[in-house]
Amino acid sequence: MRPFPVKTRHRLLYAALIAGLVALPAAAANKTLVYCSEGSPEGFQPQFFSTGTTFDAVSVPMFNRLVEFETGTTNIIPALAESWTVSPDSKVVTFKLRHGVKFHSNANFKPTRDFNADDVLFSWSRMADENHPFHKMTAGQTFAYFDDMGMKNIVDKVEALDKYTVRFTLKRPEAPFLADMAMDFASINSAEYFDTMMKKGTPNAADVYPIGTGPFEFVSYQKDATIRYKAFDQYWKGRPKIDNLIFSITRDATARYAKLKTGECQVMAFPKPADLAEMQKDPQLNVLQKQGLNIGYIAFNVEKKPFDNKLVRQALNIATNKEAILKAVYQGQGQVAKNPIPPTLWSYNDAVQDYSYDVAKAKQLLAQAGYPNGFETDLWYLPVTRPYNPDGKRMAEMIQADWEKVGVKAKLVTYEWAEYRKRSKTGEQPVMMFGWSGDNGDPDNFFVPLLGCEAVKGGGNVARWCNKPFEDLVIKAAQTPNKADRAKLYEQAQVIFKEEAPWITLAHSVRFDPIRKEVKGYKMDATAHHYFTSVDIARDSAQ
Amino acid sequence: MFTFILRRAALIVPTFIGVTLLAFALIHLIPGDPVENLSGERGMDPARRARLLHEFGLDRPLPVQYADYVGQVLRGDLGTSLTTHEPVLREFLTLFPATVELAFFAMLFAVVVGLPAGIIAALKRNTVADYAVMGVSLTGYSMPIFWWALLLILFFSVQLGWTPVSGRIAVEFDVPASTGFMLIDALRAGDAGAFRSAVSHLLLPTLVLGTIPLAVIARMTRSSMLEVLREDYVRTARAKGLPRWQVVLVHALRNALIPVITVIGLQVGLLLSGAILTETIFSWPGVGNWLVHGVQSRDYPVVQGGILLIATIVISVNLFVDLLYGVINPRIRHA
Repeated sequence: MRPFPVKTRHRLLYAALIAGLVALPAAAANKTLVYCSEGSPEGFQPQFFSTGTTFDAVSVPMFNRLVEFETGTTNIIPALAESWTVSPDSKVVTFKLRHGVKFHSNANFKPTRDFNADDVLFSWSRMADENHPFHKMTAGQTFAYFDDMGMKNIVDKVEALDKYTVRFTLKRPEAPFLADMAMDFASINSAEYFDTMMKKGTPNAADVYPIGTGPFEFVSYQKDATIRYKAFDQYWKGRPKIDNLIFSITRDATARYAKLKTGECQVMAFPKPADLAEMQKDPQLNVLQKQGLNIGYIAFNVEKKPFDNKLVRQALNIATNKEAILKAVYQGQGQVAKNPIPPTLWSYNDAVQDYSYDVAKAKQLLAQAGYPNGFETDLWYLPVTRPYNPDGKRMAEMIQADWEKVGVKAKLVTYEWAEYRKRSKTGEQPVMMFGWSGDNGDPDNFFVPLLGCEAVKGGGNVARWCNKPFEDLVIKAAQTPNKADRAKLYEQAQVIFKEEAPWITLAHSVRFDPIRKEVKGYKMDATAHHYFTSVDIARDSAQ
Repeated sequence: MFTFILRRAALIVPTFIGVTLLAFALIHLIPGDPVENLSGERGMDPARRARLLHEFGLDRPLPVQYADYVGQVLRGDLGTSLTTHEPVLREFLTLFPATVELAFFAMLFAVVVGLPAGIIAALKRNTVADYAVMGVSLTGYSMPIFWWALLLILFFSVQLGWTPVSGRIAVEFDVPASTGFMLIDALRAGDAGAFRSAVSHLLLPTLVLGTIPLAVIARMTRSSMLEVLREDYVRTARAKGLPRWQVVLVHALRNALIPVITVIGLQVGLLLSGAILTETIFSWPGVGNWLVHGVQSRDYPVVQGGILLIATIVISVNLFVDLLYGVINPRIRHA
């Protein structure tokens, strides 16, 4: 082959250089992922708030906990604590902290030290100690989740044994403690940042402009419009693959879907069930799905007649056609529930036999209970769509029709959502529709707040069912350190629950996360958070 | 003119008292409370519930709460949001420019299209042009906003890809919010791409929000013009041989404008009070969106403060419109 003449070679070289220069910015272009979120965060301090929307925007991208849930599961993995030990009596948990973990910085704060035990102590005592200087900075500020989880009744004291060792002493053995520590409220703040802001006379700024150790640093927030983050170069687990993360706040689900279709965002939150079929056909989208950590149920108020009678409760369980409800209400996107915990949760007792739909048997049981001609009752139904129940009214109508067949006339009743919950906590309801989404992947998080005797007082146990054998098992399980032993206790508790039938366990719904095809490495989370740390975008579509 | 202004201004005081009372009563009449909202499906220990109610000041009798609230408002303090812990006034001022920007362009669109359309319909009465204007405006007026917005999004954004779906500017432009008005901020940032993006984001919301005012203005202009065109002085002007445009624009239109201005004033009030549906569908971060969220979360200070601020603006706009009558028609000042 004849070589190019010198002049031509020079021209080609210049052309290549220019092309290279032009191509450089494209090659180095930032990878930006836009997530169409469903609402604005209430604020930027994860300790204050308790909604998933706020956690997605704050604790997930910007903070870490001592331990965390492995994405996609409820397995507890080391995070800011690289290891931990539990004393034989299960009352002392000692965390060995990770070295070399950096905090973010911003215009007002440049950290001078790495994460250490002071930060753990600060984060904890701010929530627990009412005399802590940062406990009450703003009127109405509460540590809602910390309080709701009853942490003050669980943890006696927290001490730093050295710079990288922290010891939690519990008031009682509490097996779910580690799972509690993986929850968003237990996010670790920088003590140095708060001190600096206090010295500058702007202590509130520390809660407004977040500083954490998480994969993304806060850039800016335009209220109700966008939240911007950039990848944290010094993230202890390694820098995220994307450079920028943007939350485009889009309250309307149809608009979120339209933005996903046009590529204005690459991942969207909470699709409308009615759009799912079309989404699944779209070649540009991947619709990921995961069994929800939830339960939808009907609770009988066992303090009221005739639901104090176990036979009546069993009869109505048998009289309810759950398969039909799953098809019509959940449109098949779920699973019939037989236990109060979903099958994705460890200790799920698959050996439990569910009540099968049988009108004749239900009538027979009602007659045996002294109600051969049935009775009349109010049936409260959900006034809103919830993650565990897409259509309360439709479900109530179907149950009403089922019960009619055995002579039970149910009058459908509902209230505005806040009023519905308020009234349910006073025990006004005879029978009501309700549900739950798990917080931390520990079975205790279903059994105790929904069926425990203490929860009757607080109103979370809307069946107002307090059963001593069940309660004993659940309390014993919480105090048992070994997971396998705990599982056995919970399995026994599920047998009692099924026999006593304080609920009709209806369904566990499926969650969906639609993403664009160019998004790689996105994993759905078990606790319904949205994690973008390990996500990448195919190069040809990077912005 | 001075007594006219005084007379109108005096009416503002009882209006404000009514507004504070109504805002307070309405939000407290809605079932549920902010504490209930905190707990969700979770139970709440009655002692903790009582403590939170006390902290929020909600355990006191309603008249005491109202008196405290009025006292607070008189001191210029609208309270702090129970959800975000931010001062209500600061939140309002952050979001209000977005509402004003959208309302301004929607109204501009409605007036620029609606007024000439109404005039043409009146001049070409009972012709195809008249039927077309009236038919289109009736359709526009009757169209459910939510449906109209989604239709436009699906057609222009999803099918044709001409306009963005929602928001105020494409996410790649991080324009500092110095004034809160996106077009001005984009211009100040000196980024032509950002400005173009802000304009393209305004198109569909403007069209949707301007549809109903446009229909109202067109119909009102038509009927008012028809009435005025029958007046003796218009006939006289024509008889004097004045050019048609002069008769229509100078003699007829000025007199026909009074009811139209009333309608525009009322529509401006409505638009500024937060185009709730339009803001929700187009993710437009304005006060309408904010108020709806405030009601949902029973954020009493946000709802009370928001209503009060919006009422102040609506009352001011109406006062301005009243004063404008005086300028257009001197007989009103002396009535």
